[in-house]
Amino acid sequence: MDIFLQQLANGLTIGSMFALVALGYTMVYGVMRLINFAHGDMVAAAAFVGLTVYTQIMGEATSLGAVIMIFLLTAIVMACIGVVLERLAYRPLRTAPRLSAVVSALGASLMIQNGIMLVWGPQMRIFPELVPQVYWNLGNVVISLIQVVILLLSLVLMVALYLFIEKTRMGAAIRASSIDQDAARLMGINVNRVIALIFIIGSSLGAVGGLFIGLYYRGITFNMGWQYGLYAFVAAIIGGIGNIPGAMLGGMLLGLFNAFIAGYISSTWADAFTFILLIAILVIRPTGILGERVAEKV
Amino acid sequence: MTMTNDILFEINNLEVSYGSIAAIKGISLEVRKGEIVAILGANGAGKTTTMRAISQLLKAKSGSIRFKDRELTSMPAHKVVRLGISHSPEGRRVFGVLTVEENLMLGAFTRSRVNQKTLRWIYELFPRLEERKKQLAGTLSGGEQQMLAIGRALMSNPEMLLLDEPSLGIAPILVKAIFKQIREIANSGVTILLVEQNAKAALKLADRGYVLDVGTIAISGTASELLASSKVQEAYLGKKH
Ligand SMILES: Nc1ncnc2c1ncn2[C@@H]1O[C@H](COP(=O)(O)OP(=O)(O)OP(=O)(O)O)[C@@H](O)[C@H]1O
Ligand SMILES: [Mg+2]
Repeated sequence: MDIFLQQLANGLTIGSMFALVALGYTMVYGVMRLINFAHGDMVAAAAFVGLTVYTQIMGEATSLGAVIMIFLLTAIVMACIGVVLERLAYRPLRTAPRLSAVVSALGASLMIQNGIMLVWGPQMRIFPELVPQVYWNLGNVVISLIQVVILLLSLVLMVALYLFIEKTRMGAAIRASSIDQDAARLMGINVNRVIALIFIIGSSLGAVGGLFIGLYYRGITFNMGWQYGLYAFVAAIIGGIGNIPGAMLGGMLLGLFNAFIAGYISSTWADAFTFILLIAILVIRPTGILGERVAEKV
Repeated sequence: MTMTNDILFEINNLEVSYGSIAAIKGISLEVRKGEIVAILGANGAGKTTTMRAISQLLKAKSGSIRFKDRELTSMPAHKVVRLGISHSPEGRRVFGVLTVEENLMLGAFTRSRVNQKTLRWIYELFPRLEERKKQLAGTLSGGEQQMLAIGRALMSNPEMLLLDEPSLGIAPILVKAIFKQIREIANSGVTILLVEQNAKAALKLADRGYVLDVGTIAISGTASELLASSKVQEAYLGKKH
């Protein structure tokens, strides 16, 4: 029972991070039918940008106000990079064959990864302790303040995103554009603006995810985006790529799955089992758990 | 029905191509305020291409498309509807995984708020839509989807409505009902440019018509002239003399 509760807490924490990052993949795919392979590297970049904001702008302050500023500034910087990425790497290829966009995405991924290495170096850097090391012992289960912060903030962001998509005019424009871009244009929707907005939202959520990775794991490396990006991408597929609640669900499920494998079997097997899970889900339900529209588009 | 001589909409020497293949080879046409104008033609004649070029979903290779003295060809597609041209596209293109009501709201995207009077009018034109407003558009029958596509296009309160084959794949009885409501829409003062393969039904409804033949206008005239023309009868009405 203790292992169960402990891994439940750990699983929800990493699940939130997967979910935040998965949203970026799924939203871009939803509107553009494009896998933005650079997204994982954007997440990694966010951790480094956060580090620099902390040391250079905030003067290594860790007050609540300073931490909020670090999150905000990092999200803004990454949102801007996301918009530029779309303009330079994807927009010129909007009508080109899909394969060209995939190659461009892989190129962008490598460029961002190498960019991080050039600016911050190839060695592992230690992310600052922005959240105090507070732990609660509940029986034999240990929960940290960091875990609580990650889980709560992720939930708030996901609920906010859900309400934005379901209840607002721009949310409706995003949904319409993801169903049929030409029909959306006929409604007077500026699809280019919708796509820019998607990159703003996806990149800032990914930025928060990247900062969480730094907070939780502490060690950050220039190439870590590949690993976390892959997990989040798998989460998006499990939930049904293109489906926003699906990415949230897929992230949480994958986090829990990983934690339970690590708790009951061995953490060295977590990766292998993750891909067995992915294959199993794709065999049983090729569109993912909540995905239904994927095959609809020609 | 309030037909005047004011030209509301005009196409001049329009050429549109797909890559190196010319689909529209220099057509000209005009629509006056209050008219119903039909564009007829066989499969592949270029009717849909013309409609998409008007809405700027396709960019013209040359020529001009003017609506109330505004040139459309240099405009992005999403701005066209704001000028007062609304397009109900071929194949309906309703947002299948959204509800009927959500589809209608998207039709009013350019409005700062939904015009409740327009919404009520659309529900009066097509009561089926009100009955099904919480239903996903993709689960409607073809005819109901066509009603939704027309209703959605009306939500922006357009001056001119583009209808691309409203009878496509729909049972004859529903076609009749829909054409009756198109007449009703025209009576309310909306100018209509109608694309149809069903030439007979279209010419009964329209004031004037143009017959497209592989990218050029073969014949044009009033609806009664076209109905009487032996060329049109042979080619499009299935009558032999
Ligand atoms: N996306 C495209 N790429 C290449 N050629 C196209 C494309 N769309 C249409 N065409 C060609 O352009 C010509 C005109 O097509 P269009 O769809 O405008 O015809 P239409 O009159 O609407 O026919 P239908 O009554 O079958 O709808 C056809 O020869 C068609 O094959
Ligand atoms: Mg057509």
